[in-house]
Amino acid sequence: MELIVALAVGVLTAAAIYLILRLRTFPVVLGTAMLSYAVNIFLFATGRLAINQPAVLLTGGPYADPLPQALVLTAIVIAFGMTAVVVMLALGAYLESGTDEIDMKDETKGDRT
Amino acid sequence: MNHLILAPVILPAILAPLIVLAMRHEITLQRVFSVAGSAALVVIAFLLFGQAETGQIQVYEMGNWPAPFGIVLVLDRLSALMVMMTSILGLGVALYAMGSGWDARGKHFHALFQFQVMGINGAFLTGDAFNLFVFFEILLIASYGLMIHAGGRMRLRAGVQYVVYNLAGSALFLFALGTIYGVTGTLNMADLAMRVAALPEGDGALLRVGAVLLLIVFAVKAAVVPIHFWLPNTYTHAPAPVAALFAIMTKVGAYAILRMYTLVFGPDMPAIGTLAGDWLLPAAVVTVTLGMLGVLGSKHLGRLVSFSVIGSMGTLFLAIGIFTPEATAAALYYMIHSTFAAAVLFLIADLVVARRGAAGADVVAAPPIAQNGLIAALFFGAAIAMTGLPPLSGFIGKLLILDAAREGAQMVVIFAAILITSLIAVVGFARAGTTVFWKAYAVEGTSTPAPAQELPLVVTGALLSTMALLVALAGPVTGYLEATSAQLYERELYIEAVMPPVNAEGMPIPQSGTPEGEGPLPPDGPQTALPDGAEPGTVPGAYDNEGAQ
Repeated sequence: MELIVALAVGVLTAAAIYLILRLRTFPVVLGTAMLSYAVNIFLFATGRLAINQPAVLLTGGPYADPLPQALVLTAIVIAFGMTAVVVMLALGAYLESGTDEIDMKDETKGDRT
Repeated sequence: MNHLILAPVILPAILAPLIVLAMRHEITLQRVFSVAGSAALVVIAFLLFGQAETGQIQVYEMGNWPAPFGIVLVLDRLSALMVMMTSILGLGVALYAMGSGWDARGKHFHALFQFQVMGINGAFLTGDAFNLFVFFEILLIASYGLMIHAGGRMRLRAGVQYVVYNLAGSALFLFALGTIYGVTGTLNMADLAMRVAALPEGDGALLRVGAVLLLIVFAVKAAVVPIHFWLPNTYTHAPAPVAALFAIMTKVGAYAILRMYTLVFGPDMPAIGTLAGDWLLPAAVVTVTLGMLGVLGSKHLGRLVSFSVIGSMGTLFLAIGIFTPEATAAALYYMIHSTFAAAVLFLIADLVVARRGAAGADVVAAPPIAQNGLIAALFFGAAIAMTGLPPLSGFIGKLLILDAAREGAQMVVIFAAILITSLIAVVGFARAGTTVFWKAYAVEGTSTPAPAQELPLVVTGALLSTMALLVALAGPVTGYLEATSAQLYERELYIEAVMPPVNAEGMPIPQSGTPEGEGPLPPDGPQTALPDGAEPGTVPGAYDNEGAQ
């Protein structure tokens, strides 16, 4: 199980980094979303991998570490919100400027903003 | 418990939704509430500052859960200082945005502004590493909104870059926290400090990975080369008041490095060593060089100020990277100064743009702007402060840093870096200032009339005068900052304040006994390891509560 989880985190991260380094916004947004999946699995695994153990301490028996689960929940919510923001922003930039390239040439000349 | 500690977070947190929900279409009401809230925050910050000055570290336990089970807010001298800086800058920015009409050029400026202030204050006050992440996200998501305020082609494109860069940074933050949690089993800073200190030398490879990842994350926020790429485009294209507010955002990164790498990953930890300083100092030399060269090469006023921010962060990290109490006191002085200097310069650039026609913020000769003399004088003063010439506070800041670096082995490098880059910056600012304000007289043409607003000029002048005030009060200020950095390096005070030693019944022990924290988790810890690594019963009452949650 350790190998599978580690591979999942590694492959997701590698794919995410590749996508984030792309030229256009759509793959970059996919990449950031994928990176957040990778980090969620990673966070989940920091509480040690265990099977069939409750996250709530009832009778003193074995139990899974509940804290990483709470952390992951927070991270998921934040990542979800952030993805929504970046999608809206990318869409706005595309509609406004007619290009979806991430890179900016030095176009500050005569910039009156 | 002193509830005032919560006020810098809760006040903007209540104001912001109120502004969105109740006064969405009433810009006047928004302004009244936003400015009143910012002014109230200044008062609160001064009260907290007065309390912190006694040297006592105060702890606020959220929901009355004791650390390390609950989240705590911690008020010490450093957090009080940072909150006060934020509140003063916030009031200035709110007034400037109101006076210049920037806040009416798009929607929800004041709500986003309050959320941003909330996130910044929270980051300064929190005593929990994961909570620090959450407050980082709050200030970031508000800054995304502020960054693209008023829209525009270039601003939106710069905004996309900024958001993507910071999303990657946030993911890295989580990786770092996960790694650290996996090794130590806690994320409360005081608890972390105890666990890390107990970790023997040679047993902390994984922890060092976490510490370096965390350093990278904070360095992204602080715009240390080579991960500074988000800053120039963001600050250049952000609305001027927002860019001025962002001047404190790089300092959030500097604060986090200062906090984590003195308290948790301090230089005297056997498992960590001088890791942070070893990486920060060379990076700082490159940062300050690149930043000031950028000042020299910029053809756009906003970009010029952005690069001067990078340069000043480099200077700051030259001082922080030494990690001695004297150097940290000098760094704190320079931090206060550079925040206000950068903010003032962004506002002055906006004053120029507002009075210039087609030339915008380009560093080219264009017909003289209205009020050319006044604005040139403001620019002159701010440039003197930013480059570190006497008589303004930049000079004292750099002098303090040089003095603190005198003893160390890196003295030659630090002296050379600061002195040479200061010269480059002086040339860069002189070139830009003469082109924009003096060569203008050689150009024929009519200028646009001055906007009828007085408030932006008053605010800019007031913020500029804080730097004169910093010089006038240099004695008391450095006295406070020396006490601040002394407190920072006495880690036991912080740890004892957050986690008072308890006996077997969970009752506080009056005298300062040894902390009851156990050693680190075994590397291949049992699958049933308790989340905090403590034996059940060490802190009985608290643990039962946690289980029953």
